Amino acid sequence: MACAASTEPAGGFDLDAPWQLDAQVRVRPEAFGALLYHFGTRQLSFLKSPALLAVVRLLGAQPSARAACTAAGVQAEDLMRYAHALQTLAASRMIRKRGTV
Amino acid sequence: MNAPPLAEQFACGLQAPICLTWELTYACNLSCVHCLSSSGRRDPRELTTAECMAVIDELQRMQVFYVNIGGGEPTVRPDFWALVDYATGHDVGVKFSTNGVKITPEIARRLAGRDYVDVQISLDGATAEVNDAVRGRGSYEVALRAMGNLAGAGFAGFKISVVMTRHNVAQLDAFKAIADRFGAQLRITRLRPSGRGADVWDELRPTVAQQRELYDWLVAHGTDVLTGDSFFHLSGFGGALPGLNLCGAGRVVCLIDPVGDVYACPFAIHPSFLAGNVRDPDGFAGVWQHSELFARLRRPQSGGACESCSAFESCRGGCMAAKFFTGLPLDGPDPECVRGHGEQALAAAAAAPAPRPSPDHSHRTAPYRPGERQPVPLTLSARPPVTACNANPLAGFVPER
Repeated sequence: MACAASTEPAGGFDLDAPWQLDAQVRVRPEAFGALLYHFGTRQLSFLKSPALLAVVRLLGAQPSARAACTAAGVQAEDLMRYAHALQTLAASRMIRKRGTV
Repeated sequence: MNAPPLAEQFACGLQAPICLTWELTYACNLSCVHCLSSSGRRDPRELTTAECMAVIDELQRMQVFYVNIGGGEPTVRPDFWALVDYATGHDVGVKFSTNGVKITPEIARRLAGRDYVDVQISLDGATAEVNDAVRGRGSYEVALRAMGNLAGAGFAGFKISVVMTRHNVAQLDAFKAIADRFGAQLRITRLRPSGRGADVWDELRPTVAQQRELYDWLVAHGTDVLTGDSFFHLSGFGGALPGLNLCGAGRVVCLIDPVGDVYACPFAIHPSFLAGNVRDPDGFAGVWQHSELFARLRRPQSGGACESCSAFESCRGGCMAAKFFTGLPLDGPDPECVRGHGEQALAAAAAAPAPRPSPDHSHRTAPYRPGERQPVPLTLSARPPVTACNANPLAGFVPER
């Protein structure tokens, strides 16, 4: 089973940019978090906590990924772990910067 | 984010399957000796087009993002392409397995234009000789022609799916070369003693030395080669292979068969693993969420004797279906346990007959085997018709008084 979330992210994640879920991605909530499926790449990803799901759901409505994390109740000391998880999602095209194709 | 590992959470089950196999028909133009669903003849109770569409609607509601469609040979259903279109139009992506018989240049062009469709061509030998001995005469040529049509139409990254046998482990590099030649991706899976595979498992399963060769090859190729997670029983050789390394039966995986029966996994077509039917009042969702069998599979499982083994953490006792159809207890070692515990268990279980796979939709005639000539079963009527055009079977029949 392909699991894009296992791909190691390359480089840092731009927390201050506006991000959104890719239009071809669908989200299925699960007890552990959520399942993401990208219809274009046919890749599955797993969000391994409900809190990360909350961040991902808020991305499109917040001015930056940092703001989405704050709105989802992520504590400052946890921010880098969330940035890491978001970078993994960006690397597998599950999320992308708003205004990019 | 300090939750238990994902595999442990998956073992407790999900809202809907991740990996759903849906066999659309038991009909097949081939009679592969190892067919896991004993396919051949269509079953008259198979789901109608409308029933299939209702299942797709339900999958969309459950957010099952894609299905693996197989059979039998799914493309021989006259409504096959309509069902693919219906699924992809309802947020259910399709990967379908085929022997290639219907993949004409025109169909290949049509498929190449679709985002949500993936194709998997079955091939069990890198040469016609090895392939056709398992899949039947001419099947190699048909598969290669289909691959050529897909590549010619610009369909990049379709899958070539190989069941590993004693006769093709040595061809792993050759399979990879074929995949590379067509711009395809190689997928290799394990031979299970399911369906007709039960009859040939002993003669076709890889030898112990070949299991090692296979493991090393998989480690060397990493995620380049897909495995459908089917070789986790080999992880006792060393590190775990890429994938979940978990028996997903009834937890993340299940099978809908052509008559709508829902089984715990595609390799477990047997009444013991039957959870329900999509025609039940609560449909597929009801079966997935409330079947007693699935509830049992989602409770913590005992590894039995395996729990004391150092490899248990990675192999988890191996494949449930492989154990079941070789007559081994489900809480013991896999029959192909790389530590050798399977061989001992098989010897101990040899006295009792293993459960037979069922149902059986095999063709009633034996498939052609090179060098064999068979009689044509034909009965000539002794009685000519009463008149040239009277086809009534009672024509000319006069009851005795």
